[in-house]
Amino acid sequence: MKVVAVGTGEALKMGERGDADVLLVHAPDSEKEFMERGFGKERKKVMHNDFVLLGPADDPAQIRGLPVVKAFKKIAEKKANFVSRGDNSGTHNKEIKIWALAATMPSGDWYIQTGQGMGASLKMASEKRAYILSDRGTYFAMKDNLDLEVLVEGENLLFNPYHVITVNPEKNPKVNYEGAKAFMNFITGEKAQRIIKDFGKDEYGEPLFTPDALDS
Amino acid sequence: MELLFEGFRRAFEILFSLDPEVFKITWLTIKISGSATLIALALGLPLGIVLALYRFPGRKLMVAMVNTGMGLPPVVVGLFVALFLWKSGPLGFLNLIYTPTAMVIAQVIIAFPIVAGFSVAALQQVDPQIALQARALGASRWQALWAVLKEARLPALAAVMAGFGGVISEIGAVLMVGGNIKGYTRVLTTAIVLETRMGRFAVAIALSLILLALSFLVNYLLTYVQQRGAREWPYRSWR
Repeated sequence: MKVVAVGTGEALKMGERGDADVLLVHAPDSEKEFMERGFGKERKKVMHNDFVLLGPADDPAQIRGLPVVKAFKKIAEKKANFVSRGDNSGTHNKEIKIWALAATMPSGDWYIQTGQGMGASLKMASEKRAYILSDRGTYFAMKDNLDLEVLVEGENLLFNPYHVITVNPEKNPKVNYEGAKAFMNFITGEKAQRIIKDFGKDEYGEPLFTPDALDS
Repeated sequence: MELLFEGFRRAFEILFSLDPEVFKITWLTIKISGSATLIALALGLPLGIVLALYRFPGRKLMVAMVNTGMGLPPVVVGLFVALFLWKSGPLGFLNLIYTPTAMVIAQVIIAFPIVAGFSVAALQQVDPQIALQARALGASRWQALWAVLKEARLPALAAVMAGFGGVISEIGAVLMVGGNIKGYTRVLTTAIVLETRMGRFAVAIALSLILLALSFLVNYLLTYVQQRGAREWPYRSWR
């Protein structure tokens, strides 16, 4: 097995082209479209964590504890720095969805689009004293090197589910469907789900993900 | 194959539509790599002259260091410049991280040893007799140095080409210290990676063609200047 770590947008593209056999992704809307267009064979729940809205401790736009849509609106009104990944990843998709719900088209100097991964974007948000939407796991892993705090969390909208998708061999005959199926069975199986349940506990004090495959 | 043809077709569409975003990225690339090359020339040429024409203790060590520097991995340069410029770093108070200035700094560090190294090589090719002859013909010390430099001006253009070629094509340093911010620090190389990662291959191909064209244009101009100044072979039969 070869692991290629890319954002969900690119992962789905790779699935479409048949350059990947199996995908672990987290952008439900794009995933559903991918399935409807026939590029995926099966799709199963794996685990979830959640997104958090982070920002500098002094919270210049005064958004701490607000509902996330309201918080986004306020950030835009105040033109407080906001770092966006702008890379079509699962996190970026979620961010766009929240901007849409806030009926705001973010643009201007305060809206900083990095086109980079979560880690590099978090570092930039910390340096620029900006707000940023992140998955909790990456934030936890980097927390010590960042001047960012969790300001908004714990809403349904911020739920971040991961699914595993096998690429449809009827669309792309060259994919390794057997291998993909084996991986899907493994990652949704008891052993892997137990590993997920404890992953990160030792290092960060709390686990990074909640396994979802067995209770569905 | 379809992806390739379709990609090129769309790429030409993008090129001829004169997209302002593409124009902005291209112009920023020229500004950053151009100024980095000029600064590297201003620093590297004098160092090259000193290392090539004068003899002093530690000279060989310095030449070895310059030669090593010619192959500095841009991503390593990027990392160290970032470590210095981050708020936590010793130069964090300058507030330069994720700015075009930071990108120029990183590219100067990459291009400077390349320019210096090429200058050393170029000047050492010059026949030392020239300086002696010039002195014998009554030239002052400075006039003799000038005579040597004039002999080396053509190879020095190669130093500029190599330096510019090195920085305009690198991505590791500009990505790390510039941050690929849309409309502010996004240059051709970082944009190409991003567009490819997002599966927008036509845009990536279009940007690649611009990068190649830019690189070719600069090298063509410099080669033109260089070859115009080149001497004819004196013996026709050698050709």
